[in-house]
Amino acid sequence: MSAAKPEELKVSRRAGRAVPVDGDDIDTDRIIPARFMKGITFEGLENHVFEDVRTGPDGKSLGHPFDDPRFQGARVLLVDRNFGCGSSREHAPQAITRWGIQALVAESYAEIFFGNCVTLGIPAVAVSRDDMATLKQLVRDEPRAEVIVDLKERVVICRDQRFPARMPDGARKQLQEGTWDATQALLSAGDAIRSTASRLPYVSGFEGAAR
Amino acid sequence: MGRSLFDKVWDLHSVRELESGQTQLFIGLHLVHEVTSPQAFQMMREAGLTVLYPQRTFATVDHIVPTDALSRPLADDLAERMLTAIEKNAREFGIEFYGLGSASQGIVHVIGPELGLTQPGMTIACGDSHTSTHGAFGAIAFGIGTSQVRDVLASQTLAMARPKVRRVRVTGRLGGGVYAKDVILHIIRRLGVNGGAGHAYEFAGPILESFSMEERMTVCNMAIEGGARVGYVNPDAKTFEYLRGRRFAPQGANWDKAVAWWKSISSDGDARYDDDVALAGEEIAPTVTWGINPGQAIGVDENLPRPEEMPDTERSTAREAFEFMSLTPGDPIAGTPIDVAFIGSCTNSRISDLREAAKVAQGRHVSPGVRALVVPGSRSIKNEAEAEGLHEIFRAAGFDWREPGCSMCLAMNPDKLKGREVCASSSNRNFKGRQGSATGRTLLMSPAMVAAAAIAGRVTDVREML
Repeated sequence: MSAAKPEELKVSRRAGRAVPVDGDDIDTDRIIPARFMKGITFEGLENHVFEDVRTGPDGKSLGHPFDDPRFQGARVLLVDRNFGCGSSREHAPQAITRWGIQALVAESYAEIFFGNCVTLGIPAVAVSRDDMATLKQLVRDEPRAEVIVDLKERVVICRDQRFPARMPDGARKQLQEGTWDATQALLSAGDAIRSTASRLPYVSGFEGAAR
Repeated sequence: MGRSLFDKVWDLHSVRELESGQTQLFIGLHLVHEVTSPQAFQMMREAGLTVLYPQRTFATVDHIVPTDALSRPLADDLAERMLTAIEKNAREFGIEFYGLGSASQGIVHVIGPELGLTQPGMTIACGDSHTSTHGAFGAIAFGIGTSQVRDVLASQTLAMARPKVRRVRVTGRLGGGVYAKDVILHIIRRLGVNGGAGHAYEFAGPILESFSMEERMTVCNMAIEGGARVGYVNPDAKTFEYLRGRRFAPQGANWDKAVAWWKSISSDGDARYDDDVALAGEEIAPTVTWGINPGQAIGVDENLPRPEEMPDTERSTAREAFEFMSLTPGDPIAGTPIDVAFIGSCTNSRISDLREAAKVAQGRHVSPGVRALVVPGSRSIKNEAEAEGLHEIFRAAGFDWREPGCSMCLAMNPDKLKGREVCASSSNRNFKGRQGSATGRTLLMSPAMVAAAAIAGRVTDVREML
């Protein structure tokens, strides 16, 4: 949890070079295999992001974009449909962002993965399938091109081309207003939490409930 | 127009609307395990926070536990550190913990219902996507990430966007040898692995009503594999009978009050749904996955699909799957040789699963060269199975009978595939590398189908063995 004030946590625009990764339904086991979740911190996960599709059993590189010299230093990840499906492991966006990614653009995301990105302050926007194909081509043609993810304008920009970008309103507001680190906002409900609990008969083991 | 269970439970648990437009939702039960919680507890310490409702928070250890030897320290140093961490965190934050050696230990989604913690009308969160399992009781249950585990520990609430509700009715009747696992694999096959995104699934219809609580848990468990974070079944007499007398279930005079409330939160007969789909039970065969996501499934009596005949959106993943699995389009799935058979996981490790598998194993023997293991979902299930003699049936048939845990579903413990082994598995995910080998291959199916595959040494229609 961050001690920073919302003002310092506002996320409205992220920009940098991009790395395209192809494939629908890329699951969280592929993003970070379970064996690397053995630990009590998130430290070092960047060393294993996409490991099983980057390195073969013989230790040789499989030519994954994360190992492509053209895409080193990328800040924006370009992916396809249903990215991050599978488990709820926050280790997946942690591994991606610790590798250096500061914004994601996809055709769509799995829901829990998307929520985890928001709780880490990582903007994850969606564009159409055709726009993603164009965007990836632009980046492959010119890997040094800057890709801009702009939440305020709801657009992704690359080499003067603009692609409409979607994000659920609530998440977008959390990022733009710097309230994505939700703990303090939730705790500020104060007595309202206990009063909600008090109208749920199971919380008292049905002691107070009407028969 | 009436309201669905989802709408009623959501509204009752709504603390307030947040500025973002999301709902601040009260969480009635928070379940915690060793993999996704240590960082959350550390964040709590750093922020000087305490657990707001420790009495509504329960922890166990399941993902990393070995299933052969339970002596401490665990042979795997990293696993030992994770176990030590949750023991310490539970103690320091005042949370009930069912550790290694506890009679109540087991897979978190197995013990919640077993202990009567899981009840209708609750909101339930856990740092695990298969939390949807608890929806079988008419709870709104969903998986969360570690930062959200921290939020629930600190505030017993979450910031959530309200999903839509789709009713998924399974009509008609199921044939013999067709199980709850086949029903959910069929639903995912038809509606897609991302079809449920943004939705809660209300599973309904005569087949769901006829199902036992354990069968309903199997269906709800895999809602997330269809993209739906929440899956539930309306509570009924079976739900109440299951809960009666369990340790944390309402007792005495409070029982009748509880049942009355549970009935009141069920979906109204004229409830409004955002979407409503129906699937025919008669069309469901014993189902097997052939690819790298749970939607890539076919009936055991079908041939593998041809990518060029598939919808555009599925084609590239299908080609990737065929390459990874080394299967040939157009071939029958039956007859595919297997190396390993795994019966277990939060999807299918309950007593009824073990009984069905044991029926197939009884008097037969695992094929030479196949490694077969049975991992009960909890200590209590292990004891119950042993009292019935199921362990002797499995052992006589050549299966390994193990200690409870998540085991080879995700292979965070020593139970792993090696190299390119093919595993017939009663678990929930056939993702690349899921079972502990980057090149290992998984075929998902019901426990009875896993037992049949173990005995035949290849994928087999269990209906021929019943």
